[in-house]
Parts: sequence; structure tokens; C-alpha cells
Amino acid sequence: MEIRLNGKTREVADGMTVSQLLDELKLQALRVAVQVNTDIVKRERYAEVALRSGDTVEILTFMSGG
Amino acid sequence: MRGSDILTIAGKQFRSRLFVGTGKYPDFAIMEKALAASGTEMVTVAVRRVNLDRTQESLLDYIDLKKYTLLPNTAGCYTADDAVKYARLAREVGMSNWVKLEVIGDQRTLFPDNEELLKATKILVKDGFVVLPYTNDDPVFAKKLEDAGAAAVMPLGAPIGSGLGIRNPHTIAIILQNARVPVIVDAGVGTTSDASIAMEMGADGVLMNTAIAGAKDPVKMAEAMRKAIEAGRLAYEAGRIPKKAYASASTTMEGMIE
Repeated sequence: MEIRLNGKTREVADGMTVSQLLDELKLQALRVAVQVNTDIVKRERYAEVALRSGDTVEILTFMSGG
Repeated sequence: MRGSDILTIAGKQFRSRLFVGTGKYPDFAIMEKALAASGTEMVTVAVRRVNLDRTQESLLDYIDLKKYTLLPNTAGCYTADDAVKYARLAREVGMSNWVKLEVIGDQRTLFPDNEELLKATKILVKDGFVVLPYTNDDPVFAKKLEDAGAAAVMPLGAPIGSGLGIRNPHTIAIILQNARVPVIVDAGVGTTSDASIAMEMGADGVLMNTAIAGAKDPVKMAEAMRKAIEAGRLAYEAGRIPKKAYASASTTMEGMIE
């Protein structure tokens, strides 16, 4: 299925969870925040939240700033 | 640095009164050295899309979280709703509830949108955040933010990145007189004297980024700023002499040859 990840289209496995997506992106070790459509997904729910086709996913972290 | 002079914000103690941004350094290695030279204990960070190309270095590889507290900002937000969203995302990333709240009202000046800033402050305070709002040098509005539960107020000295120094020292002085929460002068510092002036006036701290990151030698400037902040603080505590129009001799006339 197709999702929108950080502004770009990405093909992922059907029913992939947030946790699996972070694994695939090798981001598990990093401090990130995940937003699916308009909702922030709490860390403890990564394994249970399954993505759906067409979801807009944003993965954010700390970057340089003043 | 003297152990007895401690700044407390929302129960957290700081021995350094200098807060430093992590933007605009030539590279992460220079930033790391500059942060160390500044003596800061709290650094600001932004919340942005993660780099999916993991071959690139990450900011957090260069910030020792045992040494520095992260203060996420809401830079780039133009509405209360946006700023609240970014604050919540920051909390999720950092697992801390502190936020440097910025709600910008104008692209060219980056001046805050007061109405939205107050709205966002109220929402986030209610949500359990420690809110440090970046605000105008407006004593009335600073008070409103304090009344809304801000843990500190952060009036600008001059526009972000402008290096113009403390443009309205008298209004900052009024904010300092009225405030019951710490006042951190945020933005506008160009060089050491600007930082010292803020501290001499009694500011509780100064937050800067461009003045250090944009200097020819950021590490040297960071050290200079540490000294400027300490000097200004000491002078404030020491209590300066009043300004007078005429001279008063430092040397006695007594004992001169008649």
C-alpha cells in the first residue's frame, strides 16, 4: 500500500504498524515523534497502530534551531 | 562562575545564565565546541522532519544530554494551533514538557503575534507544559503571559538574528521591575556588550544563537559571551554607581603642597 511519508509517497507492506515502519527506516533508536494524519502517536502505541493506505505520516526529531 | 548564584526556572536550577541556540553553525563539531565554551546548560532545538537518509549526521550526536537540557522551540509557527501542535510533538520527541514558545506574526521582522502567543500559552500551561514564551519588549503583555502561567518571559532585545542589541532598555527595565517570574532576554544580541547590558539591568538570563553561531570564530565568541554574562551579572549584584553630570575626584586634595 501507499502512504505519504514526510511529504513523499512511499510503498510499504499492507497493515504495517508504526513500530515496523520505524524498524524499516532504522529509526527505532532515534528520538522521534510520529504523527499519523492529524494525531500524534504515543511511543507506547507504536506496536499497535497499524497504518492504512493513503495515511499521511510525519516522523519528526530535534534539529538545529534558535 | 560562582556556586551561590543560581537561576531557578520552574524548579530547575541553572548555574549558567546563558542559553544558546543550536542553529546556523558552520558545522556540528564547531557547535559542540561553542556550546562547551559558552558554559550553557540549556540549548534550544527545533522540531523538524527526520532525515530519512541515515548516513547523515544527527544534531543529537553532538549534544551531550548529561550536560545540556534541551529546550525545544516552536519556530516557524504562525498560529496558536500550530505552535501547540509542535510543542506536543517536541514533548513526544524529548519526553520533556519544556517549550520555548514562539508564535510569529510577521515574516520579515519575526515579531511575535501576541494574540496567538497568549492563546497558545494558556493551552499549553493547562496541558502541563513549562512555557517560556518569546515575546515583544512590552511590559503589559509580559505581565499577561506571566498571569497566564508562563514559567518565564522572554522579551526580545531586537529582532531575531539582527544583532542590534537591546533596543528598548527602558521597557525591558520595566518588565524586570514588574515580573515575578524570571526574565530572559531572547534575541537581538550582536556582541558581548549587548549581553552585559541586559545582565547589568537585572535580566535573569540571555538566550542567543546568531551572535555566537554567525561570528567569525563561534567558539571564541561563545567564551566571550560566557564572560559577558558573568560580568554583567556580577555588576548587577555589585550595584553600579549613579550617573552624574559632573566629576567627583577619586583622589583627595588633602596632603597637597600648600
